[in-house]
Parts: sequence; C-alpha cells; structure tokens
Amino acid sequence: MADSLQSEKLSLERFGVTGREVQSVMGKVKVRDVDYADLYFEHTIAESVSMEESLVKRASKSISQGVGVRATAGEKTGYAYSDEITFAQLERAAGTARYIARSPAGQGAVPAIRAGHTTRDLYPVTVPATEVATREKVALLEKIDTLARAYDPRIKNVMASFSTEFKSVLIADSDGKLVGDVQPLSRLQVTCIAEEHGVRQMGTYGGGGRIEFGFFFEEGRWERYTKEAARQAVLNLHANDAPAGPMTVVLGSGWPGILLHEAIGHGLEADFNRKKTSAFTDRVGQGVASELCTIVDDGTLPFRRGSLNVDDEGTPTSRTVLIEKGVLRGYITDKLNARLMGIPLTGNGRRESFQCIPMPRMTNTFMLPGESSPDEIIRSVKRGLYAVAFGGGQVDITNGKFVFSASEAYLIEDGKVTAPVKGATLIGSGPDILKRVSMVGNDMRLDEGIGTCGKDGQSVPVGVGLPTIKVDEITVGGTQA
Amino acid sequence: MQIDQTLTAELLAKAKRKGASAADVVAVEGDSASVQVRLSAVDKLSKAQEKRLGLRVYLGRRSAGASTSDFSPAALDELVETTCALAQAVVEDPHAGLPEPAAMATDHPDLDLYDGQVLPMDRMIELARQTEQAALAVDPRLTNSEGAEFGTFGGRTLFANSHGFYGEFQSSSFACSVSPIAVQDGLMQRDYWYAVGRKFSALDSPEVVGREAGRRTVRRLGARKIATCRVPVVFDPEMAGSFLGNLCSAVNGYAIYKGASYLIGRLGDRIAPHMVTIYDDGRMPGGLGSKPFDGEGLATRKTVVVERGVLKSYLLDTYAARKLNLVSTGNASRSVGEAPSAGATNFYLAPGKIGPEEIIRSVKRGLYVTELIGFGINMVTGDYSRGAVGFWIENGELAYPVEEITIAGNLKDMWMGVEAIGNDLVFRGRIASPTVKIAEMTVAGE
Repeated sequence: MADSLQSEKLSLERFGVTGREVQSVMGKVKVRDVDYADLYFEHTIAESVSMEESLVKRASKSISQGVGVRATAGEKTGYAYSDEITFAQLERAAGTARYIARSPAGQGAVPAIRAGHTTRDLYPVTVPATEVATREKVALLEKIDTLARAYDPRIKNVMASFSTEFKSVLIADSDGKLVGDVQPLSRLQVTCIAEEHGVRQMGTYGGGGRIEFGFFFEEGRWERYTKEAARQAVLNLHANDAPAGPMTVVLGSGWPGILLHEAIGHGLEADFNRKKTSAFTDRVGQGVASELCTIVDDGTLPFRRGSLNVDDEGTPTSRTVLIEKGVLRGYITDKLNARLMGIPLTGNGRRESFQCIPMPRMTNTFMLPGESSPDEIIRSVKRGLYAVAFGGGQVDITNGKFVFSASEAYLIEDGKVTAPVKGATLIGSGPDILKRVSMVGNDMRLDEGIGTCGKDGQSVPVGVGLPTIKVDEITVGGTQA
Repeated sequence: MQIDQTLTAELLAKAKRKGASAADVVAVEGDSASVQVRLSAVDKLSKAQEKRLGLRVYLGRRSAGASTSDFSPAALDELVETTCALAQAVVEDPHAGLPEPAAMATDHPDLDLYDGQVLPMDRMIELARQTEQAALAVDPRLTNSEGAEFGTFGGRTLFANSHGFYGEFQSSSFACSVSPIAVQDGLMQRDYWYAVGRKFSALDSPEVVGREAGRRTVRRLGARKIATCRVPVVFDPEMAGSFLGNLCSAVNGYAIYKGASYLIGRLGDRIAPHMVTIYDDGRMPGGLGSKPFDGEGLATRKTVVVERGVLKSYLLDTYAARKLNLVSTGNASRSVGEAPSAGATNFYLAPGKIGPEEIIRSVKRGLYVTELIGFGINMVTGDYSRGAVGFWIENGELAYPVEEITIAGNLKDMWMGVEAIGNDLVFRGRIASPTVKIAEMTVAGE
C-alpha cells in the first residue's frame, strides 16, 4: 500500500544528483585519515494551519531541501551543508568536511554506492497529510472551536493548530550503503482559555504521529483532544496553590513519562558518557532504580511520533533496554560514539535537518508495566500529590538535577484524590529519583504524540510512556510553604 | 539567481498577476561557520551557506505565507501558486493586511550591525582553544569540559512589499562560549560563560570569557539543598534577564489580544515600583536586536514599555495593533517561513544606582539565583515555579552553593516586589537586565 511512496526513497535523481557524482564526492571526503563519511540529502514539505478567535486565518507552507556532508576522524567531526544540491556545492562541502582530518586532498578509494534494503515500514502512509486539501484542515479546526465553546460557557478563546510535514531523506555512507526513508509527521494541538469572575486559566492538549490525516477522526481523537483542553482550563479556574517541599508523588500514566526522558534518558545518551560529563558515566551494571523499574527506548513502534524506520545515519532503529529491574544496562548510540566506545550501535543517531550534525537522541522512551492497579497506588498514599498532566522539562546532565512541570495536579489525602492544585515544577536528581519508585501500575500508556526534544539547539520529535507510578519523595515547587 | 531588488520585484509582480491584492517578500542569505574544541582537540567544525525566501500574499482580507530555499524560476512560480492557493483556503480576517502606505519607514539608518571580518577556520579553532584553556586554568578541580565554541555569521536581509517599499541591511555576529566541568568528591558541576556581539573587535577576549566560566563552575562545587522557606531572592544579571524575558512575552501584542497574558487590560496601570523602567530600543547602534526597519518595513524606534512602574506600551506589529485598536510600535518580527508576529528588539531594564554587592549585602537570609531550569511559567495567570541553582545568602554574604530547589511565586507579585535594581547592565543578547532583588518568594527544598 505504501509502495508508491516508499519506492521513491532510493532515488538520487529526485535530488538532482547521480550515483557516480555521489561516489566521486565521497572519495573526496574520505581521504587518508577520515574514518567515516556520509552525505545526508533531505527534502521537507511542511504545512501549518492555525485558528484563534474562531477564525482559521493563518496558513503557511515551506519547502526546504539541502544536503549535509560529514567526515569523522577519531573524535573529530567535520560538517558542511548547503541548501543548493549541485555537484559543485557537494565538492565544496566535501572540502570543508575533510578539513578536520588534516589529510592532503585527493581521491580516497570508496566502494560503489549500492542501495540498502529496508525490510519494514513502520509508518505506511498512502496519502501524506501534506497532500490533503488545506480546506479539510480548516474545517477540522472550525469544528474544534465549536466543540470547545459548547463544552463550557466559560471557554472564552480557543487556539488550535494543525501542523504536518513530509520529509524524504537519503543517506549515502562511505561503506557504500545508500538508505532512504520517507517520514510523515502530523500534530494537532488545542489550547483553551477559560474565564470566570476575572480569573483566567489555560488548558492544552493534542496528539499525532507518523500517520495519515484520517487518524484524527478515528476513535474520537480530535473530540477528545478538544474536550481535554477545555476540561483542564475550567478545572484550573478553581485550583488551589500547590504545596512546597518534599512529598510523595503519584504520576499518572502516559505523558508524565517525561520524567524518564529528563531524569535518565538524556543522561544515557552515549556522547555525554564518552566525554564523561554525565551523572551516569561508568555506571553500567549498577543499580540506579528500584527493582520495579524496567525502561526501554524503542524506535520501532508503528506510527509513533518518536519512531523511525532508520535513524538519520541510515541505521535501522531498535529497542534498547536502558534499565532492567533497576540495573543500568546500556546507552543509546550513534555511529561515532558506538565506534569510539566500542559498544553496540542502537540506531539513535538523529538530527533535526540537513543543517545539523547527528547526535545520540531518544526515540520513544517508556517504563514497562508493573503489577499494581492505579487505584491501589492512590489508596496507599496518606498525603501526597497526584500529577497527571505536564508541560515541559529540563535536565542538567552533569549533576543529574532535572525538573518537569505539572499542569494538572491534585492533592491525595488519606488515599483519596481530592482538590485540584495549580501547576508546579517538580525537581529531583536523575541517578536517585527512580530508586524511590515504590509502586508501578499495570496501566502503561504511551503519550498522545506531541513531544519535541531539544538538545544542542536541535529539535527532534520523541515519545514517552509511563504506567501510574508512586515516587516516595520528590520536591514539589509550589508556593504553600 | 541574484538575491536583490529585481528578484523581490519580480516575485511581487508574479503574485499580483496571480490575483494577490497585496504581498510582501522577505529574503535572507548568509554564511555561517563554527568550531568546537574539547580538551584542546578539535571536536566539531561546521560551515554553511544559506539562503531562503518567504512570500506572504493577501487576497483581500485572506492571507497566507510560504517559503522556499529553491530560487529557480520554476520553484518561484510554484511558490506564488502555493501561497495564493493557501490564502484561498483560509477565512477572511477583517484585520489582515499590509500597514498603511504612509506608515512605511522612510529613513534607513546605518546601525553599525555589520563587521565584514572573515576569520579563517584555524583562527577560530585557536580562539576556542584559548577560551577553554583559560577556563580550565582557573582551578585544578576543573578537569573536564563540554567544550568551547567559536562561531560567526554574516549575512543580508531584504524586505519588499507591494506598497513599493524596499529595504535591505547587512548584519553579522561573533560568539564565543565555553562550558567547563569541575569535579570534587566524585560529583560533577558544570557552568558556562559566553560573549556575543556584532563586531569581532568588540568581543571579550578568550581569557575573559574562559576565566569567568571557570569561576562560575568552581563555585558550584559542594552545592546542597536547603530547607523550604520564604525569603528574598536576588537574580544575577543573566537570570534577571530571564525574568525580564517573561515580562517581554507578557507584553507581546499577540499574547495580549489572544488573552494569553496576565497583563491584558493593564495599560496605564502600576505593575512595578517606581524604580522599574523598561525600554525596547530597535535602533541601538550595534545592538543584537537592532534593525533599521521592522518585519513589515516600518521604522524601528525606542518604546517605553514600563515607565517608573507603570505599563505604558505593549510590543505591537500592525496586525496586533489593529486587533487592540492601537498603533504599531515597529516591533513586527518576520523570520522567513514563520507567521509574522511581534517581537522585542533590544529589550532592557534601566539600571539602578547601586552595585550588585550592595544588593547582596542588603539580604540577611535569602537566595542568590545564578541558573534557572524548566518551563514552569503560566503566562495566563503569571504563576511561576522553576528549578533554581545559586547561593544561600547569610548576613549579606554568599555562604554556600545550593541546588535541587525550586523558586515559586506569581509574576505579578514578583514585579511588584522588586526591591532593588543593580547598576550592572551589560548587553549580551536582545534582552538584558542588571541584578534584581525581589522581596519574597517560596523556595522549596528539603
């Protein structure tokens, strides 16, 4: 079904270059002291339509195309990119990239380019959302506005946006491998503002993935996103101030998995560990979490936002066990760091675009389910916080301190969920926090598909997931001391 | 194809032929280069030439935008087609449209934004290396590094619209940074320092940048948690800049008309004590946010945003101004490929008279904040809760480093609670602030 789209993915002609030209450029990059070189061709169409004040009045589209040429020599990386894909520009870029190796210019011997096989397609899409008429997207946003305002008269403004991209990449490496992929990605986001007696509050919800436009109409998705955003906004109108200080926190399933992404995920990216700048450096084999915790990074989940058939170095993505029953098992790697550290290549070499050098990045990071029911977990807490929705988070890799900010939370009193409290930032220490996980729910859920991870100025789409868990103590940054 | 007035005029003519009642074009081209050195060895080296062009068309009150990096005639034809088709798909917006023809900028001052100096890669590598060496030389406990980086950019921005406006300017930037790591008792701390400016000759030396980075990193060693409390909070200039940045977002005309700011309907109201005066100045010579005209071709200017504690102006482009029944402040921000918006130029808190040491001395028990992490700010309510790193102040002295704590409050109260403003204003970006002391916030820790 996806043949029509995937068959194009190995076409160099699509980018206006020939196999012979690529091989010639590769020879110019992979000179004497260069260990590895690759060329990354990218063509991306992106469209975004947005609504506010009941008017779908903004639409934009962009087309970007370019090539990045990389050479690595030892720990060094040379990179050059151009938004013009011509043989002359490729040769120029090759000259810059190989500069890193300080080798004389010349023509290295490189194998002939041969097409690699992709045996799977995790996101078969017949009609990419970029090809769907803009009018249909406009109509969807208008329905969202109507539904949100009907949800509660206190909803005063609704902002919704639909953004989609269709990225085609082709990676040629100095081993002669040529790998391509086409990567659809869409996201629908709804924000509601509620007002009552001069108090205003906001709620946000959304979802998406590497899917077709029809996805949002299945299983009542767009309706659910809309009602969730409206419900949060209205709920927060009556939220009390959040508590301040250490307390027991129960995290709901799904997006609260951002805890894993910040607390341990980044710290297990191989580059930081090779450079020994991560709080997790040299801790493979050690206990870093309670025995209830098994955490994986899995880029192979069909249709997910964080998934990829191949990473941005052409390596098939995989499922990597990061923590198994509390013990640190391994890091996520790209080619450079796997080679330098002598550890397995996990298919986590990602980049934002042809303008960027790939780095080890997460895909979909989540905790496997445990045995407890969510009710049982709540019932076990005498006084604590139940946090179910979160905004973003951040981590200091080096000292391991991380934060993530709740946008919907409640007090737990005597085993019962009681009053809603305002959002607050939660802060903890990555190598420490998961040791305090004392219950893991049987309700593991992945997020809806809205996550974007930033590292070194590069943004890539990611996913997270979590069952309901109980953390015995974490510092809650409210105002009620 | 040459990127010049002929190109923009041709594109505007094409748009008109396709039925556009009005249109504008923005184009940028530039060269960038950066090097990263880690533990004295070259780690990364990157170089690029880029160009990009964005078109916005109006079909009466309908509008849409599109952008491309492909400048071939066929691609430009397609760009015009695409943009017009998109504009047909959206609804009419009574406030959409170019500024009035009479409002367009007539003067194009040279704001001293460009330095044509081209640094060879080897020179940049050397500068980064010197920066890192200066950092690591500060203290023997500085034994590792995330690396030092040196980067340059030089380029040109063009803007034209169907009122016949055409303007272009050149700009450049040079940036140097380093992030050293210190180790003590098996625990690591990282901090960083940087310099950025439009002129290479005016940039702080590698030694100055490195030494400051080393100093900032070593002083974090031995950081501990503190007990939960309510105390005065002093933001160092970097973090005061972040706090000022929150206000900058709250006065953005787009946040205001959408109701997504805690400052809606507050023009003319007191939002801070008398000592607080805040400007946005688009024409500061050599400023990192300066430009001769804004993203719609209106003259940039100096706007008093807050005068002696009273909110005087929002930051507006033509669209946000029409929505609010106000007049544009020349703050249209228009990057290629993104929807137009309003944005700050050089946004700063006017300095006070006392030094930062004196401000710290005025605190008996409190917190000095040198780093904030996370995104715990609700712009609709002003609720604020972020992770913090800094120093505990005891009897007017920085006593010891602290970490793994949060500070929380509400932006409304925080601004009303400003008790002191330092004399240490330095522009290191588009938003700049001196040291700021806030009367009281909740610190959550042990």
